[in-house]
Amino acid sequence: MASICFYFQVHQPLRLRHYTVFDKNDRYFDDYKNASICRKVADKCYLPANRLLLEMIRRFQGEFKIAYSLTGVLLEQLQLFTPEVISTFDALAETGCVEFLAETYYHSLSYLYSYDEFIEQINKHTETIEHLFGQKPKVFRNTELIYNNELAALIESTGKFDAIMAEGADHILGFRSPNFLYRPKGCNKLKLLLKNYQLSDDIAFRFSNRDWSQWPLTADKFTAWINNISGDVINLFMDYETFGEHQWKDTGIFDFMRHLPEQVLKNPNNDFKTPSEVVQLFQPVDTVDVPHLISWADIERDLSAWLGNAMQSNALHELYRLEKDVKKASDDKIITDWRKLQTSDHFYYMCTKYFADGDVHKYFNPYDSPYDSYINFMNVLGNLHKRCSGGTTGNTSCGLSKNKDSLNLETQTAGYLS
Amino acid sequence: MLGWEFPPFISGGLGTACYGLTKALDQLGINVIFCLPKTVESDYTLHVKLLTPSSQLSAATLNLSELKNVTFRTIKSPLQPYSTPDIYQRRIEETLRQKRGIHGGNVDSAFIGGTHYGGNMYDEVHRYAAVAAELAASEQFDVVHAHDWMTYPAGIAVAAISGKPLIVHVHSTEFDRSGENVNQMIYDIERRGMEHADKVIAVSHFTRSVIISRYGISGEKVEVVYNSVQRNGNNNWTLAESGIKKDEKIVLFLGRITMQKGPEYFLQAAKKVLEVMDNVKFVMAGSGDLMHRSIEMAAGLGIGQKVLFTGFLRGEDVRKIYEMADLYVMPSVSEPFGIAPLEALNNDVPVIISKQSGVSEVLAHALKVDFWDVNEIANKIIAVLKYPPLGVTLRNYGNSEVRKLRWKDSAQKCLKIYEDTLVAV
Repeated sequence: MASICFYFQVHQPLRLRHYTVFDKNDRYFDDYKNASICRKVADKCYLPANRLLLEMIRRFQGEFKIAYSLTGVLLEQLQLFTPEVISTFDALAETGCVEFLAETYYHSLSYLYSYDEFIEQINKHTETIEHLFGQKPKVFRNTELIYNNELAALIESTGKFDAIMAEGADHILGFRSPNFLYRPKGCNKLKLLLKNYQLSDDIAFRFSNRDWSQWPLTADKFTAWINNISGDVINLFMDYETFGEHQWKDTGIFDFMRHLPEQVLKNPNNDFKTPSEVVQLFQPVDTVDVPHLISWADIERDLSAWLGNAMQSNALHELYRLEKDVKKASDDKIITDWRKLQTSDHFYYMCTKYFADGDVHKYFNPYDSPYDSYINFMNVLGNLHKRCSGGTTGNTSCGLSKNKDSLNLETQTAGYLS
Repeated sequence: MLGWEFPPFISGGLGTACYGLTKALDQLGINVIFCLPKTVESDYTLHVKLLTPSSQLSAATLNLSELKNVTFRTIKSPLQPYSTPDIYQRRIEETLRQKRGIHGGNVDSAFIGGTHYGGNMYDEVHRYAAVAAELAASEQFDVVHAHDWMTYPAGIAVAAISGKPLIVHVHSTEFDRSGENVNQMIYDIERRGMEHADKVIAVSHFTRSVIISRYGISGEKVEVVYNSVQRNGNNNWTLAESGIKKDEKIVLFLGRITMQKGPEYFLQAAKKVLEVMDNVKFVMAGSGDLMHRSIEMAAGLGIGQKVLFTGFLRGEDVRKIYEMADLYVMPSVSEPFGIAPLEALNNDVPVIISKQSGVSEVLAHALKVDFWDVNEIANKIIAVLKYPPLGVTLRNYGNSEVRKLRWKDSAQKCLKIYEDTLVAV
């Protein structure tokens, strides 16, 4: 007996093309691959899922509500390759039952490296959403739900947001339930929405798993679990690609979503709310202290998927070390290219965790190995660096001089190598 | 077990593999009789205790103290696993010259094509087979395990005489050694061996598919057993002792310099690397029939002063060269397995291996390239030299990956195959 708050993350990275150390041009991205993946995901997920949810919203006349976080890099690709998807999102926006969240435009890890850049990207994203959908986002979610106390304080200090989202990880909650609003430690106004990872992952990860004792998951069964929960709000946060891409159509995922609103609303104590409605209606029940960084990834719920080995750490440090040079060059194309390289997926591809075993990390990875992705990224970065200094070859050793520092930092941040 | 290389008589990976496998079988408590030809002009007789050097058979038992359940039988022969008939002929002539020198030119005419030595490689193989069969008559064993083509006729003969199941172990095929320009006689011997075998062991799926598609062997008969790598138990040798200062990067090619190993791709990639960076040396450690052409090619590419040829290395020298190397490159055109990259990783050297190698099936933490893609080989060499975190990560994960590959597991797989054939018989 609680309100259900759905939020879907919608994102596609700009994949790099094969770029060797001998390449000299500034075409870094694989337009063909990006277009064809965008097309494929639009057909399998975005279009059918948008249509379905729009139908549900209309059918339940304002009773069914959802929220999206659409990244800037995704929106740019949709505009270029599949503009019809944008118009279905626009139709969803017009129902008044859909909220759009704020995040970094480039789906970046900039919070970890540069506050200036972080804030600039949030502003760019907010403006884009407002321009496209006529809504000013009031709830912030950071890339991959990366979160700590400091982030919450920073977001509160902007004065633009009512709430922030994070993973309802066991180790931050202890005995407490994720099904309430909380207050981030060190904040006075900002509220904290925590993901109910159990129920979210039942849909996002376990739905089609035949070894799971609860398979097959039906709307009936899921509603029964919801009815048994006491609390104010159940936050179901997941990748939008769950529908049709991670869970294929023939698993019945669309049918599940089609029947869920009806089942849930059968119980008069249940309803659906957007994050902003939840924030307005409920008060925080306690303060949550998150001194260390958490995320929604893997079992570890930490940063090791993006910052777990020396290559990832080095690539990130080298990338953000260029910030000054990039901004000094005051060339829009250079700045944009630099920002597109910040998308977290580039570093995710370099993850060596479980690599030899082959698993989910491999599935959405355009590279054969994390090593190939690091080499490619560093070659691109080397070229970008040259462009900053006006194309001279004086600074070819990008990556060498500060390596020792990066390595030390690496062992401190993740301790993965030792 | 029938082989023809065993440390210290080795010229390539075959001897290393036979040693690792035999040692692991020994530790599993399996009795192994290892029958191998011994080159007459070996410099290494001191390492070996010849127990019965007399008799026409020249059967000698080697005793390596660490191998408790293994007995060795050797047959005098100038047989070399990686020879071509040309080299073989030269080697015989060389031996003859030496004999002349020592014995004052009085050479037994029967020496060539006579009873002691075969006049050519093929006769030699069959002579080895005949002697091995005689040897086998006086031994007790359950399974015959033959390593590569030179022992297949022996394997067939021994299996026929004893009625025991035959297993042939394919470490490489004629297609690996000679490309499409196969020696029909060797091919026929290989094929006959595989056909007569109760089971065929391939060192990789790569090789298994060659055995099935090019030798027409039924897939049911062919099992894959990967090679492993010997632990360097107490490797106390350090960089400090060598007194080498590392201001120049070293990229290593280690292996026979033959068509199969792709030396020309290594040199072409080296040329490209040197166009971008200067503080690099390329070391080609090994010998082979393309060595002189490779030296000429390096000169022709204008990178002669950047490429060092060390000749064939063994033992401590191999360890030293690994210690100095920043990167190991194996651009093999066709490599059934390729133990050397495992040894490189075991020595903390990151590796670039060709996708056309069996070892790429077992290594995830290695850079992989198409052997012909010189641009990409150069791209990856530069990346390793230029971005230190890449080498660090490759080394750390690669090393722990190699540690999981153990001869004990390979031996256990062989044992399982032995048991299967015994049940079937």
